[in-house]
Amino acid sequence: MKKLLLSLLFVPLFAWAAERGYRLERALIDTKDLLSLQAGAKTFVNYCLNCHGAQYMRYNRLTDLGLTEAQIRDNLVFTDAKVGDTMKVALTPKDGKTMFGAAPPDLSVIGRSRGADWLYTYMRTFYRDAKSPTGWNNAAFPQVAMPHALWTLQGERALEIVPAKDGHGPATYKWSQLSAGTQDALQYDTTIRDLVNYLVYMGEPAASRRKQIGVVVLLALGILFVFAYALKKEYWKDVK
Amino acid sequence: MSEDKIDHTRRNLIAATAAAGSAVAVGVALPFAWSWWPSERAKAAGAPVEADISALAPGELSVLEWQGKPVWIMRRTKEMLAAVRKSDDRVTDPKSEVPVQPEYAQNEYRSIKPEFLVLVGICTHLGCSPQSMPAEAKAEMGADWLGGFLCPCHGSKFDLAGRVYKGAPAPINLEVPPHTYLSEGKLLIGEDKKGS
Amino acid sequence: MASRLMALWDWFDARMPSVAEEFRKHMAEYYAPKNFNFWYFFGALSILVLVIQIVSGIFLTMHYKPDAASAFGSVEYIMRDVPGGWLIRYIHSTGGSAFFIVVYLHMFRALLYGSYKQPRELIWIFGVLIYLTLMAEAFMGYLLPWGQMSYWGAQVIVNLFAAVPFIGPDLALWIRGDYVVGDATLNRFFALHVIAIPLVLLGLVAAHILALHDVGSNNPDGVEIKKLKGPDGHPLDGIPFHPYYTVKDIVGAVVFLALFCFVLFFVPEMGGYFLEYNNFIPADPLKTPQHIAPVWYFTPYYSILRAVPPLFNSQFPGVLVMGVATLILFFLPWLDRSPVKSIRYRGLLFKSAVAIFVITFLVLGYLGTEPVTVWGQAGAWLGHADRATVAARVFTALYFAFFVLMPWYTAIDKTTPVPERVTT
Repeated sequence: MKKLLLSLLFVPLFAWAAERGYRLERALIDTKDLLSLQAGAKTFVNYCLNCHGAQYMRYNRLTDLGLTEAQIRDNLVFTDAKVGDTMKVALTPKDGKTMFGAAPPDLSVIGRSRGADWLYTYMRTFYRDAKSPTGWNNAAFPQVAMPHALWTLQGERALEIVPAKDGHGPATYKWSQLSAGTQDALQYDTTIRDLVNYLVYMGEPAASRRKQIGVVVLLALGILFVFAYALKKEYWKDVK
Repeated sequence: MSEDKIDHTRRNLIAATAAAGSAVAVGVALPFAWSWWPSERAKAAGAPVEADISALAPGELSVLEWQGKPVWIMRRTKEMLAAVRKSDDRVTDPKSEVPVQPEYAQNEYRSIKPEFLVLVGICTHLGCSPQSMPAEAKAEMGADWLGGFLCPCHGSKFDLAGRVYKGAPAPINLEVPPHTYLSEGKLLIGEDKKGS
Repeated sequence: MASRLMALWDWFDARMPSVAEEFRKHMAEYYAPKNFNFWYFFGALSILVLVIQIVSGIFLTMHYKPDAASAFGSVEYIMRDVPGGWLIRYIHSTGGSAFFIVVYLHMFRALLYGSYKQPRELIWIFGVLIYLTLMAEAFMGYLLPWGQMSYWGAQVIVNLFAAVPFIGPDLALWIRGDYVVGDATLNRFFALHVIAIPLVLLGLVAAHILALHDVGSNNPDGVEIKKLKGPDGHPLDGIPFHPYYTVKDIVGAVVFLALFCFVLFFVPEMGGYFLEYNNFIPADPLKTPQHIAPVWYFTPYYSILRAVPPLFNSQFPGVLVMGVATLILFFLPWLDRSPVKSIRYRGLLFKSAVAIFVITFLVLGYLGTEPVTVWGQAGAWLGHADRATVAARVFTALYFAFFVLMPWYTAIDKTTPVPERVTT
């Protein structure tokens, strides 16, 4: 009965998702894969940190990913920032709005507000659109002000959206490659998967520590429970 | 009380539960107490600071900030070094026996290289920042003034190695911060070179 | 060593005997019914969560900045830069939701066993006051992270006050301290949330417990244990709260903490219900999120608010109905005309009414988390109205029916004889 009630809770979610347009694809990230995270960090500082800031993330926190401060300083810091500084960016929100029509949002907690699946789908569904100010559009985020920052990797793609025949139900999405990038589809998907992995990590760097501590805490409470319950039973023997 | 049977089971269970409960309580208290240690932001702000001394002229004093405190770097001339030697009998702690400097600064000139003096510019009396008084300032400091620093708050005097003059309210020499040479023209204030 | 401690205690006790006296009165010699069941854990657990929130709240205040420009950043500072800050933050956010789960279950116990009935009406009134104060506390606390949901949730709720006829707009302006929710609002909500309302809560909780201890606890059978006393003057069916219920509540607390810690360490966001995804976007006065909903514990009332259409060009009727939905709780002791306290001895009418009420509360709660379009549109026979709105209206009617019809169905309900002595 409980399962039925629980599953009923999810029905509207599917209806809602279908209504929303492009179906999100699962980002199969492994949050414990340090190499994936390092690759994602590299993509992030190279391609994202020019326009987007990550003002709550310190460079030296990346030692979480198995890097030394020297490695971080040499490979991941491109400004005159010190390794203990945060990933601030020179582009002000005002200039960003002037240049793009909307200020590029700070990405520190984008992994938490958008979620991995949306980010994974978003970064892989940019397409050429002559009608847009930047020349780019996005299937997961229609009319987005952001151009395809990683187009040199993915290449240029076109999208044809065919509405459903009877007006109800989801549209059909027809993708085509206009020009090749430096990565093929599989390589690009991997790059984006690593980038999303990194963004999820950056949203909450303490996540893996949190789970580790959680195991110990539940164990301790389990032991406490055994004694507390035995104590209760012992006293309540007196009560008839 | 000693006549009644002591219920050992009950007593042991209370003890065991209390012990387990205390362990959990300590475990709960720890993160709260831990949160008082300096945050990453405080540690980053207190991080070592690089100083470019390549353009420092002989006799010149430059001031920079480290951990919120003023740090002086003075490029001492030969005359200034001679003045240091002459001040030995005027200062309270000529051999720098009180540990307000790293080992490598516990020498005649209280520095790694005699030419460059590095000091925390805070008077060891009550924390004001002393002013530089060169040897020429004989009108203010007296005819036998050899050069050094004067604290405006209560008149403590220090020599050109930061050693406190006898009779000053300040009890000890000026602090020498940990520092190391990254190259000929670059100092790192706040860190010893041994990888710390 | 032990005798030294005893001597120290005797010195203290001679000078402040009220400590030992109060302990005797409220714990060691407070005789509670011996048949407390699962539903009786939640009062003590409410106190536990209150303490958890106060302690974690105090430590958050050490790092949080109540300023519109730095509030959001200061929460991320706590999450990332303060040693153990993330843990303190999650304790407080999980605790906020835990508080309402525990309090709702605690209130439900009162419903099951008639704990609000004479002579315990005052305990119930203090309890409803605590519930309302808690809602205010939670609402003000939620503004503090200054995320999109914080901002727009506050904007919407304060605008409810603007719907009051004649004085509304001025009232909203006075509450906000500005033309829109802003820094002034944040600062005053911070002061209220951190000290003013917690003091009120502590006072109300003290009154609630003192009123309870003066009358004595109810129990799952609704039997008044003070009616049958033994030769020692203590109720036959009573046992001293300490050590029996202290030791039992410790077990309850450990189980609760295990569940609490499971959420805290493994699913602190709880799928977006405990920490909403949109609240990780800094507040933007120029951009409303597509889908605002209050936090889950307010959603039943939000549903009721949304269900009432605008009348006479005003949103006020909805606000009024929502207000009545909360305030009607106060009248429960007088709406319930049954001679019998506990659901165990009541008839089918009351049992069905309670079951329907539970379903109503849960369905209204669910609907409040979703947009009105969540169940699509109905056919022409209902004017293509949103199905969810139709459902919300039906369940709002059922919600009020539970209370409004209560004097009738509790009076005519068939009851079974209540025993003299408690059962297990």
